[in-house]
Amino acid sequence: MTHDQSFTNQKFKLVGSRVNRPDGVDKVTGRAKYGADAAAPGQLVALFLRSPHAHAKIKKLDTSRAEKLAGVKAVITSADLPDHTNGAQLDVLENCMARDRVLYDGHAVAAVAAIDRETAKKALKLIKVSYEKLPHVTDVDEAMKSDAPLVRENIFTRGVDPKPTKPSNICKVSTFGHGDIEAGFNEADVIIEKSFKTEQTHQGYIEPHACLASVGPDGNGELWVTTQGHYTYRTVCSALLGMDMAKLKVTSSEIGGGFGGKTHVWIEPIALALSRKANRPVKAVMTRDEVFKASGPTCSTSMDIKIGAKKDGTITAGSAHIRYQDGAFRGQWGQLGAMTAFACYDLKNVQSVGYDVLVNRPKVAAYRAPSAPMAAFGVESTVDLVAKAIGMDPVALRIKNAAKEGTRASYGPTYGPIGIGPTLEAAKNHPHMRAKLKKNQGRGMACGFWFNFGGQTCSDINISADGTVNLTLGTVDVGGSRASMSLICAEELGIPYDQVKANIADTSSLGHNDTTEGSRGTFSSGMATIFAAREAIEEMKERAAQTWDIPVEEVEWVEGEARAVGKKNDNLPPLTLKEIAGRAAATGGPIAGHNEVVADGAGVSFASHICDVEVDPETGGTKIIRYTVIQDAGKAINPDYVEGQFQGGAAQGIGWALNEEYIYGDDGRLQNAGFLDYRIPVCSDLPFIDTEILEIPNPNHPYGIRGVGETSIVPPLAAIGNAVSNAAGVRMTHVPMSPPRILKAIEEAAEA
Amino acid sequence: MTGTLVNTTVNGDAVQFACPTDESLLDSLRDRIGLTGVKEGCGTGDCGACSITLDGELVCSCLVLGVEANGREIGTVEGLADGDKLHPLQDQFINNAALQCGICTPGFLVAAKALLDKNNNPTEEEIRYALAGNLCRCTGYDKIVRAVQAASKDLRKKK
Repeated sequence: MTHDQSFTNQKFKLVGSRVNRPDGVDKVTGRAKYGADAAAPGQLVALFLRSPHAHAKIKKLDTSRAEKLAGVKAVITSADLPDHTNGAQLDVLENCMARDRVLYDGHAVAAVAAIDRETAKKALKLIKVSYEKLPHVTDVDEAMKSDAPLVRENIFTRGVDPKPTKPSNICKVSTFGHGDIEAGFNEADVIIEKSFKTEQTHQGYIEPHACLASVGPDGNGELWVTTQGHYTYRTVCSALLGMDMAKLKVTSSEIGGGFGGKTHVWIEPIALALSRKANRPVKAVMTRDEVFKASGPTCSTSMDIKIGAKKDGTITAGSAHIRYQDGAFRGQWGQLGAMTAFACYDLKNVQSVGYDVLVNRPKVAAYRAPSAPMAAFGVESTVDLVAKAIGMDPVALRIKNAAKEGTRASYGPTYGPIGIGPTLEAAKNHPHMRAKLKKNQGRGMACGFWFNFGGQTCSDINISADGTVNLTLGTVDVGGSRASMSLICAEELGIPYDQVKANIADTSSLGHNDTTEGSRGTFSSGMATIFAAREAIEEMKERAAQTWDIPVEEVEWVEGEARAVGKKNDNLPPLTLKEIAGRAAATGGPIAGHNEVVADGAGVSFASHICDVEVDPETGGTKIIRYTVIQDAGKAINPDYVEGQFQGGAAQGIGWALNEEYIYGDDGRLQNAGFLDYRIPVCSDLPFIDTEILEIPNPNHPYGIRGVGETSIVPPLAAIGNAVSNAAGVRMTHVPMSPPRILKAIEEAAEA
Repeated sequence: MTGTLVNTTVNGDAVQFACPTDESLLDSLRDRIGLTGVKEGCGTGDCGACSITLDGELVCSCLVLGVEANGREIGTVEGLADGDKLHPLQDQFINNAALQCGICTPGFLVAAKALLDKNNNPTEEEIRYALAGNLCRCTGYDKIVRAVQAASKDLRKKK
């Protein structure tokens, strides 16, 4: 059955109310089971041997002594894994286990499974590896130079004409835009050109990667794992290991944070391979050191931004050249950055060019609105400089140039109804904008954009004989979606919220669902839940019609009950969902609703953030004094958790802006792989974070849902950059704006 | 494994286990007693996910050896509720949406209870500093601080 996904502006009874989450008690009592909380009888402990070098040839790898150690049940190196040479999954496999070369500090070279941790540790020490060190490069600009050490030898830049004949570290050049930027810059009264850098950060989820793998000689396997996409893990792991997809059951544990970092496989295929070899369950848990070194942080970047404007504030042209490092494996992060760079604005002449570049660092993975915060840092800082140069209020300048319905986006499509203008108007009118600032304090604001995704989704609704309802979902609950999906299900069926019990299915119990990424969970699972509920309602109307012996056309579903329509049916009292469910056995069997959908039409999302900081000119330390997030949610299903997403993204952005960075030594090794030296914001670093939810409905969703999870991390780098620059009186162009960088900028300005 | 016998009290119950002398109390609690509400986020005392009380003092159980628990009293998140009645902190964490992924929640609850046991009317600043040893990556701490404020009010009303 096909369903109409258009927005209908229906009046809600439950959606939009603040309800407690159904998994709350489990999570405040310690009962909820995360990746590392499962155990199986006879399980082995897996540990990994990792490269101490940034780049080296593996000359010899001898595991024989480890294999002979009592208590060791399996050892795996790349030689034990299927050969995927020239295959689509080669990069994925090579990242999980190095083949001939190690490509970054922390790259896995071998893994052991033993009866306990002590034995596994001893076994790792018995593995002998001889390396031949190779030249390395960890900086994105260095890696683009023609004489840079080659991270891979078979990379020929795509997206340039003619196709290069020599390999380089530049995998891809992606160009977006329209109009004539030269003509646009010629029209400008003022042109600002500036270069920016941002350092590499990690998602910093508190739960390390963890799994429990079990594969038997019959080819059946199970994987319990912390992941944002258990179906994707099944697809990738079965392909890597040559297993039948249907015979590998993947169950997503409760997930202790992901933010994009749990969308790829890391230790999981190796845990499965160890289990298959040992014919025993194998538990693998990363240490925090391993998480930093060998999972998937986001890119460091370098970029040049140029914006031209007339004195009245009209931006006549914008260009961006942005260089993103993807780690040692090809990605599309520079491309995404180029797409998002100017997405907030309605520009006649615009061009953005993204470079994807390889370096000897871990494979980059998604991190909340991946690639957008860095590009926004460059563009939104430059917009502030333009405002200053023409003497215009920065909010007014943004409002004048904001994209609107009908604007051709810099990355191609034409926008429908969007929220950038309304968030800017809300920012202009917010009391925060008029609050007094004290000495050494400064205010900044910035805008942000994210696409939002849809994708493959399916949901089941099963109505129990007592009228309670099981809602079965395939998108992982990364932060409260069981509550919002239950609200939607109850809204449709017309029953109380607590009459619905939502569960996340394993891969054997429900059809494929794409990974929970791109802020797609509420948008797409919400859509599948609505449609599944409507199918269940159709079925219940049939059952009522049958009970009453009237045509189904004379039955309507109102407030959780079937009602017979028309004068001649006046004598028929309504049948509640509970009554229909109770009679299901006699009227045709169990009552269920299903929906399978490729959820198209995810609505783009915009936010405006305002930030006040105080910079200590003696130490260069920055304190966030006040922070306000204004974002278009489309429709806020459970506002508590929408606010939570706004606040959480802002806090991650604050950490990125002020403190967090991967620090590599000259030896190409990561120097701060721990929460002591990679310092994320703590409770005493932050103020309360104010939020304002706007609801500009997405026309392509019955409830108007857009997706809210990611956009909130996009503006903070620039908003704080603008605030710090205003407070310190010097323009900051390098993130994080840590005390030494701020002090240096202040001192350099004083000398000049 | 050469194990050392440890006699301890966990959430009021006498418990006995054997562990190697270099095993952390965190691993003993999780792997030998099955109290997986105590979480490991870092293993180096930086994240607070493994927070417990030892004789009433807040500690990171990853920085304590299992054998050090001999003769001591341990409190974990599993001991916060009184039978089927949740502790006000647990109630208010749910009511205030103070958790998203929930992995840091047990540590926050134990740390917040340690604060409120000593100070039943903390200021916002006192709450923020008392919880500064616990990392949360989801919430930005806003709703956590509000939950602790609400719970402290509930506790004061009770008395």
